[in-house]
Amino acid sequence: MALTWTIWISMLGAVGVYLAGPGNPARCRWIALMASVAGCVATVVGTFQVGVNSELVTLVRVPWVKPLGIDFHLAADGVSVVLVLLTGLAAVAGILFSWNISVRANEFFALYLLLITGVYGVFLSFDLFQFFAFYELAIVPKYFLIAIWGSTRREYGAMKLALYSFIGSALVLVGVLAIYLASGTSSFDLVRLANSGLPPGVQTWAFPLVFVGFAILAGLWPFHTWAPTGHVAAPTAASMLLAGVVMKLGAYGALRVGMMVMPHGAALWAPVVATLATVGIVSAALVALVQQDFKFVIGYSSVSHMGFVLLGLASANPRGVSGAVLQMFSHGVIAGLLFGVVGRMVYDRTHTRELTLLEGLGLARALPFAAVTFTLAAVASMGLPGFSGFVAEMQVLTGAWQAFPVAALAAGVGVVLAVAFTLRVLQKAFLGPPTTVTPEDATPITLPEKCGALLLLGTSLVVGLYPKILLDWIDGGLGSPAFATMRKAFGWP
Amino acid sequence: MNMPWLSVLMLVPLALGTLVAAWPRSGASGVRRIALVSHAVVLGLVVWVGVEFDVTTRALQFVERRSWVPTLGVEYHLGLDGLGLVSVLLAAAVPLLAAAVSDRVAAGRESLYYGLLLLLEAGLMGTFTALNFFHWFLFWELSLVPAYLLVRFFGGPGAGPAAFQFFVYTMVGSVALLMGFLALRVAGGTFDFIELARLGRSGQLAQGLGAALPRLGLGISGEALTRAVFLGVLLGFAVKVPIWPFHTWLPSTYTEAPAPVTMVLTGVMSKMGVYGLLRVALPIFPDQFRELQGPLLLLALATVIFPALAAMVQRDLKRVLAYSSINHLGYCLMGAFVLTPGATGADWVESAAAPALNGVLLQMLNHGLTAATLFAAVELFERRTGGVRRLDQFGGLRGVAPVFCGLMGISVFASLGLPGLNGFVGEFLIFRGVYAAAPWVAVMGTLGLLATAVFLLTLMQRLFYGELECPGSGFRDLDLGERILLGVPVGLMFVLGVYPDLVLRWTNPTVLGMAAGN
Repeated sequence: MALTWTIWISMLGAVGVYLAGPGNPARCRWIALMASVAGCVATVVGTFQVGVNSELVTLVRVPWVKPLGIDFHLAADGVSVVLVLLTGLAAVAGILFSWNISVRANEFFALYLLLITGVYGVFLSFDLFQFFAFYELAIVPKYFLIAIWGSTRREYGAMKLALYSFIGSALVLVGVLAIYLASGTSSFDLVRLANSGLPPGVQTWAFPLVFVGFAILAGLWPFHTWAPTGHVAAPTAASMLLAGVVMKLGAYGALRVGMMVMPHGAALWAPVVATLATVGIVSAALVALVQQDFKFVIGYSSVSHMGFVLLGLASANPRGVSGAVLQMFSHGVIAGLLFGVVGRMVYDRTHTRELTLLEGLGLARALPFAAVTFTLAAVASMGLPGFSGFVAEMQVLTGAWQAFPVAALAAGVGVVLAVAFTLRVLQKAFLGPPTTVTPEDATPITLPEKCGALLLLGTSLVVGLYPKILLDWIDGGLGSPAFATMRKAFGWP
Repeated sequence: MNMPWLSVLMLVPLALGTLVAAWPRSGASGVRRIALVSHAVVLGLVVWVGVEFDVTTRALQFVERRSWVPTLGVEYHLGLDGLGLVSVLLAAAVPLLAAAVSDRVAAGRESLYYGLLLLLEAGLMGTFTALNFFHWFLFWELSLVPAYLLVRFFGGPGAGPAAFQFFVYTMVGSVALLMGFLALRVAGGTFDFIELARLGRSGQLAQGLGAALPRLGLGISGEALTRAVFLGVLLGFAVKVPIWPFHTWLPSTYTEAPAPVTMVLTGVMSKMGVYGLLRVALPIFPDQFRELQGPLLLLALATVIFPALAAMVQRDLKRVLAYSSINHLGYCLMGAFVLTPGATGADWVESAAAPALNGVLLQMLNHGLTAATLFAAVELFERRTGGVRRLDQFGGLRGVAPVFCGLMGISVFASLGLPGLNGFVGEFLIFRGVYAAAPWVAVMGTLGLLATAVFLLTLMQRLFYGELECPGSGFRDLDLGERILLGVPVGLMFVLGVYPDLVLRWTNPTVLGMAAGN
């Protein structure tokens, strides 16, 4: 099965790039690009091998630590497939946007591919222990990418991100152990755990541990503060991956482990989650509205948009959860693009992210391609129809209408605020009055940047106009046997 | 009729707009020519559709229906009736006229300007033909982005804040609309306007809303929820039209936008709001309209009267006309709000509803034509004055530019509703219908007519009569091309004023159906 190969290809690519040595950045880039493209192709092929259906397709299953019931167990349903596709796309785009990395390029791309390996692993793991192992594997390279290649206050940003992640992991670990012991199955198999009929009493206290532990990484308010600082400190490719896929690890874990295994706990805590999600949507948008640093605006915007994922999950009905998964994909693509424009196209050329300074540069004339790309990305990010964000947020809001109408209305206010802060940053950064000042380094946008931008924009547009292309997989996936207990507990048809 | 004409209407400007926007900068005059031909082709297509249009039926015509995203209730569903035809005609004609007078405004950035204008036209075409909320909303929003960019890039010195306000205000309305329709989908299980209208009439939507949103609790009934959803949807249209007091974005936007863009904003985009009220809100929420008729009519009256008073004290030519636009749309609102579909028998339809609604459709077309012509005249005016528009700096232009003053004067008279010109028939029909249904509104509304006459005549007096005053290098009269540009729409004003049946025969079957409430 080609999906299995995504992990091995990325891992081999990481080793290969590292061995290429620091002396030849160009060779490192090409190896990394080929590895990520091969991974992306494998995701597409694998997606069709899995097919649109309500199956859980086992890819690999071999015993690993027999006494503890730990297997090496890779499998996929429609939900994992969609996120694996996102990872493939984001990985390619991230490398295209880091074509100018020359300092310690071999280490950079090796860590990058190691991170991708971990992300693929999480999305395909159906053994809880292995899930956790890959999850940690994704976080460690993250720290180094930021601490070594980052910018503004990078040690602080990297440390904060790492600490928050580890606190989340600790919470998850306690919850995981509790599930393992309470289920009495002597197995870490996610599906068996989900079907083991965990006592509601255990779910009541284990669910918040697991859910919050994961959702910290998804930017759950009030544990989101690592996100903006981490995004700002990270180098372009790392912030693209951070917003594009790493935040999705958190949301995916919250769904796959939190809700799928402990649906009764989820139902009990849903109002709290919905409240936190909604507060996150609105407050992060308000904060984004007054930021002076271009990247901080996008960082807070990520928190606000991830709030829709959590709100969709909290609504616990088919439309809401399906919308949450689609929003994971959509936000991954759009946020990746926004960070690519800010970090690579603008910051690497102007060496400033201060909106007041950018306003005087008249970037619409100096960098027309960047301006057009950011305008379209902004339109997508505002949730205007035609792009993927609209379909996702529409589904989440539909789900929220049914479950928490007040939260739906508040989230609607969040949409308006998102329009306001996105438009503000668009006007300030690109549409400032034309002046004679040109940026220090107004080199034209390079081909790799253009390819990366078109890849992400095109994806968002195709999904926005024909969402069926992903919805069939997502809805099929939510109908898979893995989610059977959850569907029953939530009373889905 | 195998050709999907309505899709073609939308796709032609979309494709050509993308092409023009991506055109290399060098061929500036070539770009303009391609754009003009494109707009002309679209207008030709619309005329063709109008000829093919069957005036004996009120059924939707040129229907296209395909599956799109079944799980979300999204369908590709297009259709056209009299209301749609009038709107589509405006959406084709006004951008053509606007593009024709845009050479000064677009100078230097032709491909961007004409590309955006064509994309805007595509958005308008899509909005006026789509019958599924998702599809319709896509184009409703799609038209906003090029409009915003046109104002932002090509507008006056205050264009930044004005464009921002325009976009955000409209989006507040759009999100309210979206939330309303998501609730309707939860309740009715469909996004289809026709289907929703059927559910709305039978009261099933109210029941559905009551049943589908139980957790709101608070003892709110299905009826109250329906009313809340209705108000959300109404807000979306109220900002777009605009209805007083949601109009505050309009004067600065219309003033800061270059005049050709304002032509499209007032000529067509404001009609999106009226179209939405008639196509979407009225059929789905007949009972809610009936309940709130009194307050809504008061708002319509406020929309007629207050902007007319505000127009009297404006010093800027564009601002006067901007307020005048709000005032004229107020008549459309009056006519729309007296309709209470399905309320009473055939008698009532004949005496009140049918004239009022016919008047509204006619007024949509007339105001589109007249306002676009007036702003085209403003563009020709600005060309001569280098952008100076302060009324107190001008006077006596009639002596030096008789043709310009004559054509603009006719447009002004059309705008204030002189019989024989187009404006009169629409407003007359509206007042006739409104008087039969709610006499006090008609009486109060005439105050607006009076105020309109005062500020428009004052405008003419300031500009055309008295001592010659003109800052700058004098004021030359129209050349041949400009005479044709203004002459054609002015000619149409006479044609429609004398022979309104040209339009009424399209609208009447639709109107009778809508007025009867089925």
